[in-house]
Amino acid sequence: MSVAKPLPHDAARLHVTGQARYVDDIPTAAGALHLAFGCSKVAHGTLQSLDLAAVRAAPGVVDVLTAADLPFANDVSPSAHDEPLLATDSVHYVGQPLFCVIATSHLAARRAAGLGTAKIEPLPPIFDVETALAQNSRFEDGPRIYERGQANTALETAPIRLSGQMEIGGQEHFYLESQAALAVPGEDGDVLVHSSTQHPTEIQHKVAEALGVPMHAVRVETRRMGGGFGGKESQGNALAVACAIAAMRTGRPCKMRYDRDDDMVITGKRHDFRITYDVGFDATGVITALDVRHDTRCGWAQDLSLPVADRAMLHADNAYFIPNMRVESHRLKTNMQSATAFRGFGGPQGMLGMERIVDHVAGHLGLDPMAVRERNFYATGAAAPPQSTHYGQEVDDFILPGLIAQLKDSADYDARRAQVDAWNAEHDVLKKGIALTPVKFGISFTLTHLNQAGALVHVYQDGSIHLNHGGTEMGQGLFQKVAQVAADRFGVPMAAVKITATDTAKVPNTSATAASSGSDLNGMAVRIACDKIRNRMAAHLAELHQCNVAQIRFEDGYVITPAQSYTFAEAANLTYVGRVGLSATGFYKTPDIRWDRIKGEGRPFFYFAYGAAISEVVIDTLTGENRILRTDILHDAGASLNPALDKGQVEGGFVQGAGWLTMEELVWDDAGRLRTHAPSTYKIPAASDAPDIFNVALWDGENRADTIYKSKAVGEPPFMLGMSAFFALSHAVSACGPDYPDLQAPATPEEVLASIARAKGV
Amino acid sequence: MDVTFLLNGSQVTAKDVAPTTTLLDWLREDQALTGTKEGCNEGDCGACSVMITDDSGAHALNACILFLPQLHGKAVRTVEGIAAPDGTLHPVQEEMITHHGAQCGFCTPGFITTMATAHTNGATDHETQLAGNLCRCTGYAPILKAAKAASEAPVPAHMHDTPLLLDQNTPGEKPKASGAEPPTTIDALACWYLDHPAGTLIAGATDVGLWVTKGFRDLGPVAFLNRIPDLRGISDGGDHWRIGAMTTLTDLLPFMATHHPSFAEMIRRYGSTQVRNAATIGGNIANGSPIGDGSPALIALGASLHLRRGDARREIALEDFFVAYGQQDRQPGEFVEAISVPKQDDHLSCYKLSKRFDQDISAVCGCLWIKLDAGHVSEARLAYGGMAGTPQRAKNAEAALLGAAWTRESVEAAMAAMTKDFTPLSDMRASAAYRMQTAQNMLLRRYMEDSGQQASVLEVAP
Repeated sequence: MSVAKPLPHDAARLHVTGQARYVDDIPTAAGALHLAFGCSKVAHGTLQSLDLAAVRAAPGVVDVLTAADLPFANDVSPSAHDEPLLATDSVHYVGQPLFCVIATSHLAARRAAGLGTAKIEPLPPIFDVETALAQNSRFEDGPRIYERGQANTALETAPIRLSGQMEIGGQEHFYLESQAALAVPGEDGDVLVHSSTQHPTEIQHKVAEALGVPMHAVRVETRRMGGGFGGKESQGNALAVACAIAAMRTGRPCKMRYDRDDDMVITGKRHDFRITYDVGFDATGVITALDVRHDTRCGWAQDLSLPVADRAMLHADNAYFIPNMRVESHRLKTNMQSATAFRGFGGPQGMLGMERIVDHVAGHLGLDPMAVRERNFYATGAAAPPQSTHYGQEVDDFILPGLIAQLKDSADYDARRAQVDAWNAEHDVLKKGIALTPVKFGISFTLTHLNQAGALVHVYQDGSIHLNHGGTEMGQGLFQKVAQVAADRFGVPMAAVKITATDTAKVPNTSATAASSGSDLNGMAVRIACDKIRNRMAAHLAELHQCNVAQIRFEDGYVITPAQSYTFAEAANLTYVGRVGLSATGFYKTPDIRWDRIKGEGRPFFYFAYGAAISEVVIDTLTGENRILRTDILHDAGASLNPALDKGQVEGGFVQGAGWLTMEELVWDDAGRLRTHAPSTYKIPAASDAPDIFNVALWDGENRADTIYKSKAVGEPPFMLGMSAFFALSHAVSACGPDYPDLQAPATPEEVLASIARAKGV
Repeated sequence: MDVTFLLNGSQVTAKDVAPTTTLLDWLREDQALTGTKEGCNEGDCGACSVMITDDSGAHALNACILFLPQLHGKAVRTVEGIAAPDGTLHPVQEEMITHHGAQCGFCTPGFITTMATAHTNGATDHETQLAGNLCRCTGYAPILKAAKAASEAPVPAHMHDTPLLLDQNTPGEKPKASGAEPPTTIDALACWYLDHPAGTLIAGATDVGLWVTKGFRDLGPVAFLNRIPDLRGISDGGDHWRIGAMTTLTDLLPFMATHHPSFAEMIRRYGSTQVRNAATIGGNIANGSPIGDGSPALIALGASLHLRRGDARREIALEDFFVAYGQQDRQPGEFVEAISVPKQDDHLSCYKLSKRFDQDISAVCGCLWIKLDAGHVSEARLAYGGMAGTPQRAKNAEAALLGAAWTRESVEAAMAAMTKDFTPLSDMRASAAYRMQTAQNMLLRRYMEDSGQQASVLEVAP
């Protein structure tokens, strides 16, 4: 069995020797050209003219493109066709591309791009939630509302009622490899695009539109990304399209990679949210009614904001059954970068809002928030029928009580919570806090048709196997996990399987590698393709040996018939000589899902993934500085395809999630300029920010849904384990005074110090 | 100009290069050595880390803000040169595979070179060694495990590079049209700078590098100070220590650990390993930044600055060097030769406040020199960065403390007086109110520490 083994990432050796090739590392023919965008410095206005004389005259500049030079579609939107590659008559944010420089070097292109001037008649920009609401600046006609029960009636009769508000900041992806694309012109109008993208088919689609050619004329290849996290689901379109247009125009390979500052200024980030709530509960902390409102700033273009905001609504319950629940979501259009997909896709914001409500209720009642959590969990066990979410999906796989009991035990939660209180009683300047937070995350694209995948598998006559599928590799280890599936189906060692770059010419019409779906979808598609070939091989050998197909086994590099064992290579060659096809496609679609996003009803998720984390922190009450001392995690990856890689997702997801809620702060100035546009000012966690003690384990259990080897998706769910650090900070602050700290996110040192003042009531 | 150095064990000469060509661009575009990555192009992410060996040993540095002339005579090892020539992986490479330390792999070459450099030097403070390498995938846990696991393995022989013994007085050819000239003695530098008062002195290039990579600035004629050995090092001046302007933060750290440990701890958090290996204390002062951490600490120590213009030398109190934002008491053609610090007992506490502990520019940097005599404050120099357009002392707060009993009441009086000292700004790092409150609280922190209270979250064990 090659599945369930903790094998290293397939490219590990290439990574550590510097041989792993990313887009900018691909050797290009002499004469390759480099692109850079000239961008708007105004947040909103009418574009009157561009003065590009200095740009054209700059050293190394070959050509400069404006919107008027684009041959066909001027659109790089993944959704609403509202995102021109280059601005036409209006500009909508600081950083919007206005023109594109084509030059002989990356440096020459960047340098020249800074020399253009745009005459822009300013219009009043919309930045904040209040202004957007006042001007009804939004996507869709009005708010989306999902409701179960009668939240407002139930609130009125609730024994205790609380309201509050929480600001949740956005987040920069900070993939280490910035966006990049390379287009190589072919013959007869064809083009090959290498793109650092999670969605090669979308790149193909947008490039074809922009060139006015059928999709068959465009081939997109992606071997790997240097990180994606959702930031390369749609944000690579602009670079790929620009390169393709420039390549067709010049007849030369054209490459574009964003300088880090450009990347941060141009591309979208995680949506920030304001969560406003009105909650009703009893004296034991049982929540009976909840009315919660989401206001999210989507930026200037629609991009993926609707499904992001939907998913936030779908996770507004997190792990809790609330009989009367209403969620109202406003998707606001603002003059900022167009917020986009980011690990969790709205789920983290929705979930954090719910956990904040629980924390507030517990604070009000003077209870351990964990007690309030446990009192509101979805029902589980044989005695209790499954309860439904506020959107009508039965939670029939709720494993959190058992998972949390095990985690509390291994991390000694109860004793440590008491120790924290004792420690705090003895310390004036420093205070500790500890919190346990759960995660329940729905798996499937909520746009149901995206839940499909394809694979292409060849077995060569020497027994070597070529593996291809529609998923992309961004570091998560998808290729390795899927290759383990292929090796297992054929009973061959891993070395027999060649992992190949994602290629739209091999597997068409793929979905983005997103929504944690990579292994679930592509693993199944590959299994189906492998099984087709295996069955043909078995049938051929059964015929040769006049035995039953079921008697033929594929094990340990051999194909074993009752009469004789063949090496896999011998079996492959025999099958080939027998004139039996050794190539197959596989196609998979997720069963049993349906969803009406307008009504907010259905079964959008195939299953839920679960996890829980306990974090302990310490804060400095004089400065608000804070640190995670210890984190214990128990996470549900089902029957893991590769426990080492899955654990890597859990550890990395936690630190990224904790970074989002603590030190990572996006700051725009009054003119709409992003002030935190480089790692000098935008701080992602560094090595010393990982918890001093960091215990991560996988829950030992199978997925109840019929997934690939009963595994579970693991890309996004662990991100939300970072909430434990945030609520541990809330706990530490609450040791400073009698009032609820009302901690906002991110909990920077400054925010922690402000919340200490609130806790003290000053 | 021509620059000669060892690259992965072989001598190379980069001919006719512009003096502001970065090592990163040269490696990737000229040498097709694409293992070294560009992550940020400003020295903050470490994806471009390389190992540089010079006469003071092996150092990790950021190739994106390292100009080729800075390498003359040194040895460069990139990720392509970390495995042995026969392909045997280096212990840190083996352990990174074993512990699953790479996910997307893009930051990995930088981690590998930094880890291999630390391994070569026998350094085991892994979190500090790796503070300048950002990873967005792994959460660092497996990388730290790999670094630890590799630490016991012997250093592979090929990692011991021997820098070239080039005559520093004749580095390469004479400069061409660029106007770059290479002074190699302090006297020559003094002459050169008089002749080229609009020229740019390049020390570690951790700031000047960004003028080029981000600002596209034309630096005019440049002088690379790394070619002047006399500018570097710390010497005993009798009643004071003399610190050469080109002394790197890395070299300053152990010195301060002996004399002023709190300053040393702040240096540990100053930039990153890569930045401290390049950045010089003279550069930190001379660029006049209001948020550099070196100046407030040195002002609190009562340091003075040695300036030189041609043959004229003068010594001024460091605090007097900073006239206003962007304006220093430095004439055209005048440069920082050294800093001197009085020999004295230690009464210094440095508090560096930032969103992230490591490699972050301070929102507020408070360096408090408070000497007590029989329970009363006999000396108070409270120097702050981030509170004004220049590093500045809180004179009103100092006055409130001087002669007062070291009690909470007098500390609170001094905190109140501090509102008269500063009118800080709000920016992306902090609000004005937060800056003021924490600057005041730093004084209280010092008092609490003196009273035996634990007051640093960094010192709390889990």
